[in-house]
Amino acid sequence: MIGAYKGDSRLMGTALINAPITLLLISFSFFTLMYAYVTSDFSVKNVWENSHSLQPILYRATGTWGNHEGSMLLWVLILAIFAGLVALFGKSLPLKLRANVLGVQAWVLALFLLFILLTSNPFERLVNVPFEGEDLNPILQDIGLAIHPPLLYVGYVGFSLTFAFAVAALIDGKLDAAWARWVRPWTLLAWVFLTAGIAMGSYWAYYELGWGGWWFWDPVENASFMPWLSGTALLHSALVMEKRSALKIWTVLLAIITFSLSLLGTFLVRSGVLTSVHAFATDPERGLFILAILVFFIGGSLFLFALRSNQLQAGGIFAPISREGALVFNNLMLTTATISVLSGTLYPLILEALTGDKISVGAPYFNPTFGLLMLPVILVMPLGPLLAWKRGDIVGVFQRVFALSLFVICATAIAYGFLYDGPWLAPLGLGLAIWAMVGAFAELQLRAGFFNVPLGKAVQRLFKLPGSMWGTAFAHFGLGVTLLGIVSVTAYEQENIVVMKPGQQAEISGYTIVYKGNVPRQYANYISEDSRFDILRGGNVITEMAPSKRFYTTRKSPTSESAIYHAGFSQLYIALGEREDQGGMIVRIWWKPLISLIWIGTIFMVLGGCFSLVDRRYRYAVPKLAKQKKEDITDAKD
Amino acid sequence: MQKIKYLLSSFILLCFLMVGFVAHGANPDEILEDVKLEDRAREISAKVRCMVCQNQSIDDSEAEVARDLRILIREKLVEGKSNQEIYDFLVSKYGEFILLQPRLKSNTLLLWGLPILALFLGIIGLFMFLRKKPQEEKAELSKEEEEALKKLLSE
Repeated sequence: MIGAYKGDSRLMGTALINAPITLLLISFSFFTLMYAYVTSDFSVKNVWENSHSLQPILYRATGTWGNHEGSMLLWVLILAIFAGLVALFGKSLPLKLRANVLGVQAWVLALFLLFILLTSNPFERLVNVPFEGEDLNPILQDIGLAIHPPLLYVGYVGFSLTFAFAVAALIDGKLDAAWARWVRPWTLLAWVFLTAGIAMGSYWAYYELGWGGWWFWDPVENASFMPWLSGTALLHSALVMEKRSALKIWTVLLAIITFSLSLLGTFLVRSGVLTSVHAFATDPERGLFILAILVFFIGGSLFLFALRSNQLQAGGIFAPISREGALVFNNLMLTTATISVLSGTLYPLILEALTGDKISVGAPYFNPTFGLLMLPVILVMPLGPLLAWKRGDIVGVFQRVFALSLFVICATAIAYGFLYDGPWLAPLGLGLAIWAMVGAFAELQLRAGFFNVPLGKAVQRLFKLPGSMWGTAFAHFGLGVTLLGIVSVTAYEQENIVVMKPGQQAEISGYTIVYKGNVPRQYANYISEDSRFDILRGGNVITEMAPSKRFYTTRKSPTSESAIYHAGFSQLYIALGEREDQGGMIVRIWWKPLISLIWIGTIFMVLGGCFSLVDRRYRYAVPKLAKQKKEDITDAKD
Repeated sequence: MQKIKYLLSSFILLCFLMVGFVAHGANPDEILEDVKLEDRAREISAKVRCMVCQNQSIDDSEAEVARDLRILIREKLVEGKSNQEIYDFLVSKYGEFILLQPRLKSNTLLLWGLPILALFLGIIGLFMFLRKKPQEEKAELSKEEEEALKKLLSE
């Protein structure tokens, strides 16, 4: 970074070598820790506290990051990987920008490494080597731990690169459409991973916690959701910047905010401040350290932003009704939603710290606030891509989606006909979801010219459309699918909580559940008692479900494992409650219509992100497209 | 016809006997017979925090304290108390912390107001931004940028 400042190309060059070397060294320590875990080396305190030699090898390996120290190490490893990627593959970047980016990245890396070294050393040794480990937290002994944290961290940390780009641009004072073009794929990559990570975490909590909820507005969830919201806003504003050179200052600010929220999430989760303000006060070392890092980066970058932002040119102008206008609207709503989640998460903490008043902010606050803000976003979503850049024709757009609107209104009416005794808002919600799903493909349909040109030609054109257009369609479609799942399960979920003895049966939504009895089982590090249920429909046994109660012998902790039967996109969910006195068992049975769609929708969002990523225009400029880009730039000039 | 009716009713009776106890509620033995009251009980329970849990409502929790509170709420409902009276009672006994949906008071004004304020300021900011005179800006590319562009295009 100093090199870039002095304009010394040799010093700038060192960054390119330093980044991969750092990566190599951090990988070495990470895999050393993993090796200690896999081989159950209990002379390492961290391994002793969080592992057990009888655990299956998968959980011994993933236990590496199933604890504070190890997960911080994973954090910096991913940070180093991203820096390494830029150093190795960012050849098309101007040297100065690349050196600055790597410099900023190295700063983040250095401070977090210092954090690990000073407060969270994973390699602390024990003098008296224990014979056996303390076992990993049973809830974490799941395939979810193998997938969820790495995905989430790649997402979190990926935004550090966006941040590094933003700060580099601020230092350099040069911010143009080309910058946005370089930043967008990296942001997209981080976004794809974060989306997958959050979805995975949500599904994991859904089946593991066993009370059938899939989103709890828990501060830890919010910590990952806030960067996702602002990251989504960033994707959209960077699009405006890339294509139209407008919204520069805002985009840079969003890039800074997004990573700041990632850091804030790390602080919230890792400092213990969430459990209670007091827990934080009694062991303030780690929390204060991350807080200092937080203040340094957020404060520093915002200061730099304030210093430099007026030097940046504002860029292109557009009418309110235009593609830019729609994207700005998206940004307005997403940012407000981020603020509402942020205030809901932090408000109780700040209030307690300042006044000592304890309040709770839970789902009854977040659901209406967030829902109301998302409603207009989804309404506008299908229209946005149909509007022209600079100055759109709203009447024209409405003409184009006229058939679609009619279809959606009919679908809603039909939904009302069938579901008249349900909540009256629900069919409207379903209609909105269908609007989003079908509307997502309106752009593809129009560009391919279906109904205007012969079918074969339209199909041909369809596959020639750029990947990013497919990406938009898929991501928007995914959001609609997720919404459909949410509305359906919120409005039409059925619940049956019964005390059952072996031989008894219960009914739910046309299914008969027969309790057959319990089967004890012995596993390596826990004992389990499976309760077996036959599921009948129309008198025939269609499947067997076996939720269970486990007892982890080392930690002496019981867990309850739910069982899920997939009926299309709907699910039958059985969780075991307390045992009653006379041999009965409390059994919670849920019928969750279309709930799988919530996560299937996120798969479409991720796919959409991937389609945009492989858009060849990001990889190399083919001569034909280069011409188009030139036009883009001349466009941007006026 | 009579026979079918008889069969049907005995079948229903059989089901009822075999099923033990069917209801919608937290634990089967807590459920109120009055469906309307039970619905209200669940609505309230979903908004009351389980004090010993991490961010769970008493409706979701299996903790003993949560169960006690659920029963308490149902007793109050049977007594004919309104939802508001029950919330007030809970707050007087356990403090504001017990409500998952904070009430609008002087110290939560900012919490509820912030999203609205943010949206409002955002709209104002946007309005000012859009009102800026549409002047023709000349974004000349600098020499370096021109070169960078050329390089990028030729790749």
